[in-house]
Amino acid sequence: MRFERHTLPNGLEIVAECNDAAYSTALGFFVRTGARDETDAEAGVSHFLEHMMFKGTPTRSADDVNREFDEIGAYYNACTDEENTIYYANVLPEYQDRAVDLLADILRPSLRTADFETEKQVILEEIHMYDDQPPFGADERCRAAYFGSHPLGRSVLGTAQSVTSLSVEAMRDYFERRYTPANIVLVGAGRVRFDELVRTAEARCGQWESQPVSRVLGPAEPKAAFLSIHKKIATQQYALQLSPAPFDAVGERYAAKLLATVLGDDSGSRLYWELVDPGLAEHAELQHAEYADAGVMITFLCCAPEEAADNLVRIACLYRSAEQEGVTEVELRQAKNKVSSRVVLSSERPRGRLFAVGADWLCRGEYRSVEDDLQALGDVTLDDLHDLLAHYPLSTPVTVTIGPLESVCSPASSAD
Amino acid sequence: MAADNLADPHSQQRIPSVPETISVHTYPNGLVLVAEPMPWLRSAAFSLLVPAGCALEPGDRGGLASLTSEMVERGCGPRDSRQFLLDLDNLGVEWNDSVSAPHTGFGGAAPAESLPSALAIFADMVRRPHLPAREMEAARSLQLQELRAVEDEPARKVMTELRRRQYHEPWGRPAHGDLAGVEAATLDDVQGFFSRHYRPDGAVLGVAGLFEFARLRDTVAELLSDWEPVESPAPVERPEPRPYLHLPYESAQTQIGIAYASVPYRHPDYFQAWGGVGVLSGGMSSRLFTEVREKRGLCYSVSAAIHTLRDRAGVFCYAGTTADRAQETLEVTLGELRRLAEGVKPDELGRLKARIKSSLIMQQESSAARSGAIAADWYHLGHVRNVAELNALVDQLTCASINEYLAANPPGNFTVVTVGPSPLEVPVAF
Repeated sequence: MRFERHTLPNGLEIVAECNDAAYSTALGFFVRTGARDETDAEAGVSHFLEHMMFKGTPTRSADDVNREFDEIGAYYNACTDEENTIYYANVLPEYQDRAVDLLADILRPSLRTADFETEKQVILEEIHMYDDQPPFGADERCRAAYFGSHPLGRSVLGTAQSVTSLSVEAMRDYFERRYTPANIVLVGAGRVRFDELVRTAEARCGQWESQPVSRVLGPAEPKAAFLSIHKKIATQQYALQLSPAPFDAVGERYAAKLLATVLGDDSGSRLYWELVDPGLAEHAELQHAEYADAGVMITFLCCAPEEAADNLVRIACLYRSAEQEGVTEVELRQAKNKVSSRVVLSSERPRGRLFAVGADWLCRGEYRSVEDDLQALGDVTLDDLHDLLAHYPLSTPVTVTIGPLESVCSPASSAD
Repeated sequence: MAADNLADPHSQQRIPSVPETISVHTYPNGLVLVAEPMPWLRSAAFSLLVPAGCALEPGDRGGLASLTSEMVERGCGPRDSRQFLLDLDNLGVEWNDSVSAPHTGFGGAAPAESLPSALAIFADMVRRPHLPAREMEAARSLQLQELRAVEDEPARKVMTELRRRQYHEPWGRPAHGDLAGVEAATLDDVQGFFSRHYRPDGAVLGVAGLFEFARLRDTVAELLSDWEPVESPAPVERPEPRPYLHLPYESAQTQIGIAYASVPYRHPDYFQAWGGVGVLSGGMSSRLFTEVREKRGLCYSVSAAIHTLRDRAGVFCYAGTTADRAQETLEVTLGELRRLAEGVKPDELGRLKARIKSSLIMQQESSAARSGAIAADWYHLGHVRNVAELNALVDQLTCASINEYLAANPPGNFTVVTVGPSPLEVPVAF
């Protein structure tokens, strides 16, 4: 296993974790752009553009793109979030060049007007699909309430209205601004022939012109809030909570992952024993997520409507108790064993490593091996978890609940 | 990890470059161990299929198999429910359970050194669960909530109803059961279901990853060879008519489910049928994705897959689209299904074979995928396909052979279910 890196003269970076014993090769172009980089008039363009990238280039039709990926038996797709847009393919090692050639080609798309109008319908269908399924958009509402005017408050999908009114010119302009080589990293994992990867990238991407590119960063300043949304057709009640968490220092990030596991893993955690095991909720979970300038703890709850208010009180009490009394060595050890095992299991597939290596590089410009991750998890102490609870309280979150209830009582107003 | 959920025959096959090392051991009580060493991995995974599926539930106890699997996880052997989860977490076992028509399955993956201890815990679970009376209401409440959560997922609901109608009772039952069945179930029902159906005869344990076979065989012998067989009657079938069903739902989209009969995995023509469906759906150059989504922009999600039980199978198609475009989506999708009878083309078959090759090799990167596949293979075939069989099957797949099958078995006699604001016009004769 070795890590390699190279930067093309136009600024495009190439990084790879090369494992000669792997069966396959995972490759991806990681573009440092997402919903947070959009203006109001462009809301949803990052994700819509991701779809349009598969619609053809000056030398390939959309059919050609899909057909050629299938011809090399690629497992391929793309995804967009608040900060990154990723185009990836997992192929057999002999197809490394063809996969890079195809991925590089679609990164310079034609963005034809007729395709734009057809694909707009697909995007609108995707928006409607999420409107009809849990948590019925409450995740985006909660993010917006928490981040306010901070760029991380923006919706990835946009709205039916913003997507409908988006013009192909606006999309082309966004593409020009954001898909500049200095904003793109080509990432490889598994059986990667690195020298060949660099040569192919030079040939396919070397002529891409550079533009200055930047991103607005700044601290989020959330204030506790509670919002109930009425969704008549829903059967269960859903709730999401966001509260602050660390995002940069290694030790703190790993402590946050372990704290989330102790308090709210989907099995065997405090939330599990308090809510799920006794049958009070169908699902209750706490997760940690990190971005370039913010971290969040996300609580998710799904339960019968009649239990929703009481469950929110139970969650608030559980978090307060952790803040006041801490967690135990036994719990920390359990979480370390669980998370370490997940790191090892997910690293066995090159496509698992692709996302880990790409995310570390894009977010912080660092490479971390599986051993580095296991070491960092092992180094976390009980004091680290307690410091975290002191600096990033969980008990004063932004909460959004959605479901058949017209309103739900906030736990802050139910005195305990 | 459901044994009957094998839409993709890649999952039963091995690649030519890997030496044939699958070992099988049948214990006197009927339990079969199938094992595939993957010494290049750091993990080991197992898949235990117990013949306690929802097809075996009494008709008025829909959901009893799932309720029983929830209850066996609430303490077993020397562990109460807390110790059970604590031990699994400390061993680093990522695990799951699943109920299908024929089986209740338990699967796990862990760092290789944890495998014997993990198997010991699951052996306790299928043989010595506490089934504590005080936990019964909590288990029931969880399952009732899962039933309600399905109501909030119209895409899942349409496919659940589609399968119920495509397969005759009891093979089309959903794992989560029904409200009346879950509400009526008693602890006696759970204990009865457990004692009748959690048995070694008919059970399969698939293990893949880093281990030494002789030691594994002995470990499993210690844990499970004195598990007593139980005689259990086969489920009784009740064929019923199944006209078009529409379930009203105040959503933006209409969910469309279409199914037709196919041949099961063990059938000599299975690969021909699978090849046809692979051309229809699988890869973004497939016909449904191209015609329904890429050319017309009718929906975000459209797909088709073969689902196979041991003695029957169906092709299940899904499309979700805004209500006012649902009629067109139904018609275009049905049109593509009918057109399949005209045959597939060489370039389509070429892409299909490329995907098979890729998928087979990439499966060697996952112990969990292999343990599930070899256990399922044994259930369906009574053996695990070796390299020679695999090569023959893939090589034999030609346009002529697929087209001959499709001409003799054209997609038709469709079962249709929709969920959405209003019903669709479904052609009477199709």
